[in-house]
Amino acid sequence: MLAKRIIPCLDVRDGRVVKGMNFEGIRDVNDPVELADFYSSSGADELVFYDITASNENRKLFTDVLKGVAKKVFIPLTVGGGVNTLADFERVLTAGADKVSVNSGAIKNPNLIYEGAKRYGSQCVMLSMDVKRVDGKFTVFSNGGRINTGLDMVEFAKKGEELGAGEICLNSIDTDGVKKGFDIEMLETLSSAVNIPIIASGGAGCAQDFVTLFKKLPKVDAGLGASIFHFKEVAISDLKKLLKENGIEVRL
Amino acid sequence: MIAIVDYGVGNLFSLASSFSHVGCDALVTGDEKIIKSADKIILPGVGAFPDAIKKLKENDLDKVIIEEVKKGKPLLGICLGMQMLFTKSYEFGVSSGLDLISGEIKEIKPLIGNNKVPHIGWNSLDFQSDSKLFKYIKNGDYVYFVHSYSAQNVNSGVTATTFYGSPLTASVEKDNVYGTQFHPEKSGKVGLDILKAFTEI
Repeated sequence: MLAKRIIPCLDVRDGRVVKGMNFEGIRDVNDPVELADFYSSSGADELVFYDITASNENRKLFTDVLKGVAKKVFIPLTVGGGVNTLADFERVLTAGADKVSVNSGAIKNPNLIYEGAKRYGSQCVMLSMDVKRVDGKFTVFSNGGRINTGLDMVEFAKKGEELGAGEICLNSIDTDGVKKGFDIEMLETLSSAVNIPIIASGGAGCAQDFVTLFKKLPKVDAGLGASIFHFKEVAISDLKKLLKENGIEVRL
Repeated sequence: MIAIVDYGVGNLFSLASSFSHVGCDALVTGDEKIIKSADKIILPGVGAFPDAIKKLKENDLDKVIIEEVKKGKPLLGICLGMQMLFTKSYEFGVSSGLDLISGEIKEIKPLIGNNKVPHIGWNSLDFQSDSKLFKYIKNGDYVYFVHSYSAQNVNSGVTATTFYGSPLTASVEKDNVYGTQFHPEKSGKVGLDILKAFTEI
């Protein structure tokens, strides 16, 4: 049986993990390589890295970090942040990424999804969407959730699927940071509209939130979390045990 | 030394790193001489079948691999590399494979009911027979899959299947030819244990 995936997300700026605090058992929690290795050995099924570096010269630092991780960590690695062209795909894939997450770049130019899928395969292209309710409608936002694009979530997701996206990561701006659970309503709307794997993001505050997610929405394939793991509020191994006890298939 | 055959598709950085992690010398190469002098051969692959087999044949690497296998050298095909070990594939029309194991590469779609394509994520292995690759792992262990096609009509040699709507071919072994549909280099400790077992054959 296919297992549900638990995916920690690491924001990397200037070669260091942002928000990585309060950890015991590792020497340098802000070192992406150490943190990635720690997550991998505690049962993470995949890792997502977002490059939030502002300057071009520090992009080099990010690819160095990625190479360091890929040398040591043998689970799938997804990279996002600043992916606007096929050259960006190439840059992160040769540094060891397995999948590339596109967000604002795909809003500006949806054909980026098609080009990426054509050259590297659909499995390589993750469409990441930041979505918020505007007048009761699920609306896509760009530039880290700052700009309202006016695009409808379902329409844009379907377009992404048609263009060849292999997965969709849905981040609900409405529940992000609130820590009261995933946005079940938004995820349900998306999962009944597309037939590619969906990764839920935004809102996880405790282990039970993941149980609720997979129980209520069997079509959701993975749950993503950042601070909940970084601040060690929930250990991935404990989370997976809880999921298993609740009859949810996981890799232990 | 293990030769990881580089024929211009995919990124082989993780694969090479995983061998050094298990303490084995591995070289990413498209050089016929190095492949011939290696103790073992890895045939990797991502992307679509016709393009991959064409690139392999362009440099006569198909012939080199077949020759070395006939001499008894162990070969491990991974993902699309495993699919190329078979007789033929129906991905984007019909193309011939290396025919080292008899069977066909076909879409998984008709086999998997309402499940999503591609089959992507961690799934468990159901052993069908003994394999030298399973020396350090156990039945039910999870490995990482990413594929839309699978080996079908395989008469003999399937050593493990994985359940996704129905049992799909997960690994094969025939004499000195081995293949995994999943990615051992992305399957955590279980995957590294499989690669380690291969280096010890």
